[in-house]
Amino acid sequence: MTVTATSGVGGVTKRPLVAFKGVGRTFGEVEALAPCDLAVDRGEFVSIVGPSGCGKSTLLRLASNLDQPTAGGIEFATDSIGYVFQDATLMPWRNVRRNVGLLAELSGMSKARTREAVDEALATVGLSDFDDHLPRQLSGGMKMRASLARSLVLKPEVFLFDEPFGALDEITRGRLNLVLQDLFLAERFAGLFVTHSVEEAVFLSTHVVVMSARPGRIVAEYDIPFDFPRSLDLRYTAEFAELAGAVAKSLEEAS
Amino acid sequence: MNKVTRWLLKSFLPPFGVFCTFIALWYAVRAVLPDNRKILLAAPHQIFTEALSDEKVRSDILSATWTTLEAALIGLGVAIVIGLTMAVLMSQAKWIERSFYPWAIFLQTVPILALVPLIGMWFGFELFARVVVCAIIAMFPMIINPLNGFLSADRGLHDLFTLAGTSKATRMAKLLGPSALPDIFVGLQTAAGLAVVGATVGDFFFGRGPRGLGLLINFYRSRVQTAELFATILATCLLGLVIFWFFGALGRRVVGKWSPAWGAPR
Repeated sequence: MTVTATSGVGGVTKRPLVAFKGVGRTFGEVEALAPCDLAVDRGEFVSIVGPSGCGKSTLLRLASNLDQPTAGGIEFATDSIGYVFQDATLMPWRNVRRNVGLLAELSGMSKARTREAVDEALATVGLSDFDDHLPRQLSGGMKMRASLARSLVLKPEVFLFDEPFGALDEITRGRLNLVLQDLFLAERFAGLFVTHSVEEAVFLSTHVVVMSARPGRIVAEYDIPFDFPRSLDLRYTAEFAELAGAVAKSLEEAS
Repeated sequence: MNKVTRWLLKSFLPPFGVFCTFIALWYAVRAVLPDNRKILLAAPHQIFTEALSDEKVRSDILSATWTTLEAALIGLGVAIVIGLTMAVLMSQAKWIERSFYPWAIFLQTVPILALVPLIGMWFGFELFARVVVCAIIAMFPMIINPLNGFLSADRGLHDLFTLAGTSKATRMAKLLGPSALPDIFVGLQTAAGLAVVGATVGDFFFGRGPRGLGLLINFYRSRVQTAELFATILATCLLGLVIFWFFGALGRRVVGKWSPAWGAPR
């Protein structure tokens, strides 16, 4: 099964940025991820929904090269990969500015350029006024914004998200979904987004992939046809409810 | 009620009450002692009226305090350098950690008194031998606390550094080091207190060499000068307290802004 670029925004390139070809991962005796095919290209935002323990995180670790598959292979057409974790994982000893600048600093970007890129990223996520705050002075949502900005600074071509908004309240989550959508439309990166929330997946994505548990396996795929930009009100339309209902049903069958 | 009053009531009064009770008990015990035994327990005020009022006693205690502090600080410095180096090495590979961990435990469990005669035989009875005792006794917390700190660095941050392809040195400087700072200061504080203990105990059991607090305590004990003895013990306690307080203040200053363990609000 392959998710192909059909309804994405932006241009369609010949080779997808990340392509899983029969990729599987076993840990000892346990098969975490059954061999699967999956491709994400520029301008595509693919969400993966599945029950706990379906290998979603394993899939992201493979897609970021943090882990190697035990079957099949992954083709990368880029090495510019951003990763946003479940937790904000900020350094408690650094203020927001220096946290957001971390990846730029590690990549050897010049001080002046880092400053510029950090300013821009902070403005994008709406944290400009908090650049000298320490993480402990921020709310959960603001920490996540900072985490997002940190990855944004390097303008990754592939953006991986591991349930980044899972711990946030409904209102904050909705706001950050909009921030993320704006980012996606502005940067046209290839997004791979893992979530528990069907609603969030359908709202954000060009495609939704449903996975089953033990071993993790792709059981259903949906194209999400709604035009961008989408407003939060979209979630309360009949069309949205119908599609989300279908995804939720697949998810239920998979669990 | 203003802030100062509340602090007096809540934080100062209870321990001060315990202190007063202790002093009262001290006088009470002394009061019931037969006269020919009173010499064994000088009254608290005699520490000042008999011991500290004497200029010779004052200068003896001061110079002994200095001698002990010197040995303790040099020993602490050695323990910091060796301990941190060991912790850094052990954090880099599991096999290094496994190889040295039991010996680090050994450092902590060996009764220092058992080693003192050997150290005296090998290194003599001067400053160097005292430094060795201090370094041995202060080493364990300077290995184990930093190591725990290094190993507790956030996994997600580790992943970020891996994705960025950073060198081990950069990871140490920007991730492991700062993550471990709160634990390093806990280690420093503990090690500093132990170094003073080591310097005093080593001194006492060497029985010769430059006269630090341990030897001075032994000297007053042999002459049953209990007021002077108590004054020296008081100086030893104060030295330990000051050094403990110093590293505590340093820790609060360096990491207190962000580390909950060092006073940052959660």
